[in-house]
Amino acid sequence: MRVLSAYLIGLLFGIGIVLSGMGDPAKVLNFFDLAGSWDPSLIFVMGGALVTTFLGYRFVLKRPAPLFGVGFKIPGKTEIDARLLGGSALFGVGWGIAGFCPGGALPMLGTGDHRVALFVGACLVGIFAARQLSRRLPGAGAAKA
Amino acid sequence: MDAFATPFTPVASLIGGVLIGAAAVLLMLVHGRIAGATGILTGFFAPEDRDDWRWRAAMLAGMATAPIFYLVVAGGMPALSVPVPPLALAVGGLIVGFGVVFGGGCTSGHGVCGMARLSRRSIAATLSFMAATFVTVFVVRHVLGG
Repeated sequence: MRVLSAYLIGLLFGIGIVLSGMGDPAKVLNFFDLAGSWDPSLIFVMGGALVTTFLGYRFVLKRPAPLFGVGFKIPGKTEIDARLLGGSALFGVGWGIAGFCPGGALPMLGTGDHRVALFVGACLVGIFAARQLSRRLPGAGAAKA
Repeated sequence: MDAFATPFTPVASLIGGVLIGAAAVLLMLVHGRIAGATGILTGFFAPEDRDDWRWRAAMLAGMATAPIFYLVVAGGMPALSVPVPPLALAVGGLIVGFGVVFGGGCTSGHGVCGMARLSRRSIAATLSFMAATFVTVFVVRHVLGG
Protein backbone atom coordinates (compact mmCIF):
# COMPACT_ATOMS: atom_id res chain seq x y z
CA MET A 1 0.00 0.00 0.00
CA ARG A 2 2.87 2.37 0.80
CA VAL A 3 4.48 1.79 -2.56
CA LEU A 4 1.20 1.89 -4.50
CA SER A 5 0.09 5.11 -2.80
CA ALA A 6 3.47 6.73 -3.48
CA TYR A 7 3.20 5.67 -7.12
CA LEU A 8 -0.28 7.20 -7.49
CA ILE A 9 0.75 10.42 -5.73
CA GLY A 10 3.74 10.64 -8.08
CA LEU A 11 1.43 10.12 -11.04
CA LEU A 12 -0.90 12.89 -9.80
CA PHE A 13 2.06 15.23 -9.32
CA GLY A 14 3.33 14.34 -12.81
CA ILE A 15 -0.04 14.94 -14.46
CA GLY A 16 -0.13 18.32 -12.72
CA ILE A 17 3.33 19.16 -14.10
CA VAL A 18 2.39 18.00 -17.60
CA LEU A 19 -0.92 19.93 -17.70
CA SER A 20 0.54 23.05 -16.14
CA GLY A 21 3.45 23.43 -18.57
CA MET A 22 6.10 23.40 -15.80
CA GLY A 23 7.90 20.61 -17.66
CA ASP A 24 8.15 22.58 -20.90
CA PRO A 25 11.27 24.79 -20.89
CA ALA A 26 9.93 27.05 -23.66
CA LYS A 27 6.96 27.93 -21.46
CA VAL A 28 8.98 28.26 -18.26
CA LEU A 29 11.59 30.53 -19.85
CA ASN A 30 8.84 32.67 -21.36
CA PHE A 31 7.36 33.21 -17.91
CA PHE A 32 10.67 34.73 -16.85
CA ASP A 33 11.14 36.70 -20.08
CA LEU A 34 9.29 39.86 -19.12
CA ALA A 35 11.19 41.87 -21.73
CA GLY A 36 10.41 39.43 -24.54
CA SER A 37 7.82 36.76 -25.32
CA TRP A 38 6.22 36.85 -21.84
CA ASP A 39 3.77 34.04 -21.03
CA PRO A 40 2.15 34.57 -17.60
CA SER A 41 0.70 31.02 -17.38
CA LEU A 42 3.04 29.94 -14.58
CA ILE A 43 1.44 32.43 -12.18
CA PHE A 44 -1.63 30.20 -12.38
CA VAL A 45 0.42 27.07 -11.67
CA MET A 46 2.01 28.64 -8.61
CA GLY A 47 -1.31 30.11 -7.43
CA GLY A 48 -3.24 26.85 -7.84
CA ALA A 49 -0.53 24.76 -6.18
CA LEU A 50 0.01 27.18 -3.29
CA VAL A 51 -3.64 27.71 -2.38
CA THR A 52 -4.38 23.97 -2.58
CA THR A 53 -1.36 23.04 -0.47
CA PHE A 54 -1.97 25.83 2.05
CA LEU A 55 -5.58 24.73 2.59
CA GLY A 56 -4.79 20.99 2.55
CA TYR A 57 -1.88 21.27 5.00
CA ARG A 58 -4.13 23.08 7.49
CA PHE A 59 -6.25 19.95 7.79
CA VAL A 60 -3.53 17.33 7.40
CA LEU A 61 -1.12 18.83 9.93
CA LYS A 62 -3.83 18.87 12.63
CA ARG A 63 -3.66 15.07 12.64
CA PRO A 64 -1.36 13.40 15.17
CA ALA A 65 0.45 11.43 12.44
CA PRO A 66 0.36 10.55 8.74
CA LEU A 67 -1.45 7.37 7.64
CA PHE A 68 1.89 5.57 7.29
CA GLY A 69 4.83 6.35 9.52
CA VAL A 70 5.18 7.79 12.97
CA GLY A 71 5.30 11.53 12.36
CA PHE A 72 5.39 14.34 9.87
CA LYS A 73 8.87 15.11 8.55
CA ILE A 74 8.85 18.88 8.44
CA PRO A 75 12.07 20.91 8.19
CA GLY A 76 12.71 22.61 11.52
CA LYS A 77 15.32 25.15 10.45
CA THR A 78 14.38 28.79 10.70
CA GLU A 79 17.58 30.75 10.03
CA ILE A 80 17.82 32.78 6.85
CA ASP A 81 21.52 32.81 6.02
CA ALA A 82 23.90 33.29 3.11
CA ARG A 83 23.88 29.57 2.43
CA LEU A 84 20.10 29.53 1.93
CA LEU A 85 19.97 32.72 -0.14
CA GLY A 86 23.12 32.00 -2.15
CA GLY A 87 22.18 28.39 -2.86
CA SER A 88 18.70 29.43 -3.93
CA ALA A 89 20.07 32.21 -6.16
CA LEU A 90 22.41 29.64 -7.75
CA PHE A 91 19.41 27.37 -8.31
CA GLY A 92 17.63 30.26 -10.03
CA VAL A 93 20.62 30.88 -12.33
CA GLY A 94 20.62 27.21 -13.38
CA TRP A 95 16.85 27.22 -13.86
CA GLY A 96 17.15 30.31 -16.05
CA ILE A 97 19.93 28.76 -18.16
CA ALA A 98 18.30 25.33 -18.67
CA GLY A 99 14.58 26.12 -18.41
CA PHE A 100 14.02 22.93 -16.40
CA CYS A 101 13.64 22.67 -12.65
CA PRO A 102 13.82 19.20 -11.04
CA GLY A 103 10.06 18.93 -10.37
CA GLY A 104 9.36 19.92 -13.94
CA ALA A 105 11.96 17.62 -15.47
CA LEU A 106 11.40 14.38 -13.53
CA PRO A 107 7.90 13.65 -14.92
CA MET A 108 9.06 14.63 -18.42
CA LEU A 109 11.64 11.80 -18.28
CA GLY A 110 8.64 9.67 -19.23
CA THR A 111 8.55 11.27 -22.69
CA GLY A 112 11.83 9.47 -23.43
CA ASP A 113 13.37 12.73 -24.66
CA HIS A 114 17.15 12.57 -24.22
CA ARG A 115 17.38 16.31 -23.41
CA VAL A 116 15.37 15.76 -20.22
CA ALA A 117 17.70 12.93 -19.26
CA LEU A 118 20.73 15.14 -19.94
CA PHE A 119 19.37 17.81 -17.57
CA VAL A 120 18.46 15.32 -14.83
CA GLY A 121 21.84 13.57 -15.14
CA ALA A 122 23.70 16.89 -14.86
CA CYS A 123 21.51 17.78 -11.89
CA LEU A 124 22.44 14.57 -10.08
CA VAL A 125 26.15 15.17 -10.72
CA GLY A 126 25.70 18.67 -9.25
CA ILE A 127 23.77 17.39 -6.24
CA PHE A 128 26.31 14.75 -5.26
CA ALA A 129 29.32 16.97 -5.95
CA ALA A 130 27.73 19.68 -3.79
CA ARG A 131 27.01 17.17 -1.00
CA GLN A 132 30.68 16.16 -0.96
CA LEU A 133 31.77 19.80 -0.91
CA SER A 134 29.17 20.68 1.70
CA ARG A 135 30.52 18.08 4.13
CA ARG A 136 33.97 19.67 3.93
CA LEU A 137 32.78 23.20 4.56
CA PRO A 138 33.19 24.37 8.17
CA GLY A 139 30.13 24.89 10.33
CA ALA A 140 27.62 23.16 8.14
CA GLY A 141 26.23 19.65 8.32
CA ALA A 142 25.30 17.68 5.22
CA ALA A 143 22.57 19.62 3.52
CA LYS A 144 19.36 17.97 2.55
CA ALA A 145 17.71 19.17 -0.60
CA MET B 1 10.96 37.27 -30.07
CA ASP B 2 8.01 35.63 -31.80
CA ALA B 3 10.08 32.53 -32.47
CA PHE B 4 10.02 31.88 -28.71
CA ALA B 5 6.31 32.56 -28.13
CA THR B 6 4.15 30.01 -26.27
CA PRO B 7 0.34 30.14 -25.90
CA PHE B 8 -1.14 31.58 -22.67
CA THR B 9 -2.89 28.64 -20.95
CA PRO B 10 -4.42 29.93 -17.70
CA VAL B 11 -7.01 27.13 -17.30
CA ALA B 12 -4.69 24.17 -17.98
CA SER B 13 -1.99 25.78 -15.83
CA LEU B 14 -4.40 26.42 -12.96
CA ILE B 15 -5.72 22.83 -13.08
CA GLY B 16 -2.14 21.54 -13.26
CA GLY B 17 -1.20 23.68 -10.27
CA VAL B 18 -4.15 22.40 -8.24
CA LEU B 19 -3.13 18.80 -9.04
CA ILE B 20 0.47 19.51 -7.97
CA GLY B 21 -0.91 20.94 -4.73
CA ALA B 22 -3.24 17.95 -4.25
CA ALA B 23 -0.27 15.60 -4.66
CA ALA B 24 1.71 17.61 -2.09
CA VAL B 25 -1.20 17.42 0.40
CA LEU B 26 -1.67 13.68 -0.16
CA LEU B 27 2.05 12.97 0.27
CA MET B 28 1.92 14.74 3.64
CA LEU B 29 -1.33 13.00 4.66
CA VAL B 30 -0.23 9.51 3.63
CA HIS B 31 3.54 9.53 4.07
CA GLY B 32 4.18 12.61 6.21
CA ARG B 33 6.63 14.00 3.68
CA ILE B 34 7.31 17.29 1.94
CA ALA B 35 6.79 16.96 -1.83
CA GLY B 36 10.13 18.43 -2.84
CA ALA B 37 11.35 16.96 -6.12
CA THR B 38 15.05 17.27 -5.31
CA GLY B 39 14.59 15.86 -1.82
CA ILE B 40 12.76 12.83 -3.17
CA LEU B 41 15.34 12.31 -5.93
CA THR B 42 18.38 12.77 -3.67
CA GLY B 43 16.94 10.43 -1.06
CA PHE B 44 16.41 7.73 -3.66
CA PHE B 45 20.15 7.65 -4.34
CA ALA B 46 21.09 8.27 -0.70
CA PRO B 47 18.26 6.65 1.32
CA GLU B 48 17.76 7.41 5.02
CA ASP B 49 17.37 3.75 5.94
CA ARG B 50 17.09 0.33 4.31
CA ASP B 51 13.51 0.65 3.05
CA ASP B 52 13.43 4.39 2.46
CA TRP B 53 14.21 4.08 -1.26
CA ARG B 54 11.01 2.15 -1.98
CA TRP B 55 8.42 4.92 -1.69
CA ARG B 56 10.83 7.29 -3.43
CA ALA B 57 11.29 4.90 -6.37
CA ALA B 58 7.51 4.43 -6.58
CA MET B 59 6.90 8.16 -6.56
CA LEU B 60 9.54 8.83 -9.23
CA ALA B 61 8.06 6.03 -11.36
CA GLY B 62 4.60 7.55 -10.93
CA MET B 63 5.90 10.94 -12.05
CA ALA B 64 7.53 9.47 -15.16
CA THR B 65 4.30 7.63 -16.03
CA ALA B 66 2.45 10.94 -16.35
CA PRO B 67 3.42 11.71 -19.99
CA ILE B 68 2.34 8.19 -20.98
CA PHE B 69 -0.97 8.64 -19.14
CA TYR B 70 -1.35 11.95 -20.98
CA LEU B 71 -0.56 10.24 -24.30
CA VAL B 72 -3.29 7.66 -23.73
CA VAL B 73 -5.92 10.21 -22.65
CA ALA B 74 -5.08 13.15 -24.93
CA GLY B 75 -3.73 11.21 -27.88
CA GLY B 76 -0.30 12.85 -27.98
CA MET B 77 2.79 13.51 -25.89
CA PRO B 78 2.72 16.74 -23.83
CA ALA B 79 4.31 19.85 -25.33
CA LEU B 80 8.06 19.82 -24.87
CA SER B 81 10.20 22.37 -26.63
CA VAL B 82 13.70 23.07 -25.45
CA PRO B 83 14.87 26.43 -26.79
CA VAL B 84 18.40 26.02 -25.41
CA PRO B 85 21.39 23.96 -26.63
CA PRO B 86 22.54 20.74 -24.88
CA LEU B 87 25.45 22.60 -23.27
CA ALA B 88 22.97 24.91 -21.51
CA LEU B 89 21.04 21.88 -20.22
CA ALA B 90 24.24 20.32 -18.86
CA VAL B 91 25.61 23.51 -17.31
CA GLY B 92 22.17 24.61 -16.04
CA GLY B 93 21.59 21.14 -14.56
CA LEU B 94 24.92 21.18 -12.72
CA ILE B 95 24.23 24.63 -11.28
CA VAL B 96 20.69 23.59 -10.29
CA GLY B 97 22.15 20.56 -8.50
CA PHE B 98 24.62 22.70 -6.56
CA GLY B 99 21.99 25.30 -5.78
CA VAL B 100 19.40 22.92 -4.36
CA VAL B 101 21.89 21.32 -1.98
CA PHE B 102 23.04 24.64 -0.51
CA GLY B 103 19.62 26.29 -0.79
CA GLY B 104 17.90 23.26 0.73
CA GLY B 105 15.14 22.91 -1.86
CA CYS B 106 13.69 23.78 -5.23
CA THR B 107 10.48 25.08 -6.74
CA SER B 108 8.32 22.30 -5.30
CA GLY B 109 9.98 22.01 -1.88
CA HIS B 110 10.44 25.72 -1.07
CA GLY B 111 8.10 27.36 -3.60
CA VAL B 112 5.04 25.19 -3.00
CA CYS B 113 5.34 23.14 0.21
CA GLY B 114 7.47 25.57 2.25
CA MET B 115 5.57 28.69 1.21
CA ALA B 116 2.28 26.87 1.97
CA ARG B 117 3.55 26.30 5.53
CA LEU B 118 4.40 30.03 5.62
CA SER B 119 8.02 29.08 6.37
CA ARG B 120 10.10 32.27 6.43
CA ARG B 121 13.08 30.31 5.13
CA SER B 122 11.13 29.02 2.15
CA ILE B 123 9.66 32.43 1.36
CA ALA B 124 13.18 33.93 1.41
CA ALA B 125 14.54 31.08 -0.73
CA THR B 126 11.71 31.41 -3.25
CA LEU B 127 12.18 35.18 -3.56
CA SER B 128 15.91 34.59 -4.04
CA PHE B 129 15.60 31.99 -6.80
CA MET B 130 12.75 33.72 -8.62
CA ALA B 131 14.75 36.97 -8.73
CA ALA B 132 17.85 35.10 -9.93
CA THR B 133 15.88 33.33 -12.65
CA PHE B 134 14.34 36.57 -13.93
CA VAL B 135 17.80 38.18 -14.08
CA THR B 136 19.39 35.13 -15.72
CA VAL B 137 16.76 34.87 -18.45
CA PHE B 138 17.05 38.60 -19.11
CA VAL B 139 20.83 38.38 -19.39
CA VAL B 140 20.80 35.25 -21.57
CA ARG B 141 18.10 36.48 -23.95
CA HIS B 142 18.59 40.22 -24.08
CA VAL B 143 22.19 40.95 -23.08
CA LEU B 144 24.05 37.95 -24.47
CA GLY B 145 21.38 37.65 -27.15
CA GLY B 146 20.94 33.87 -26.80
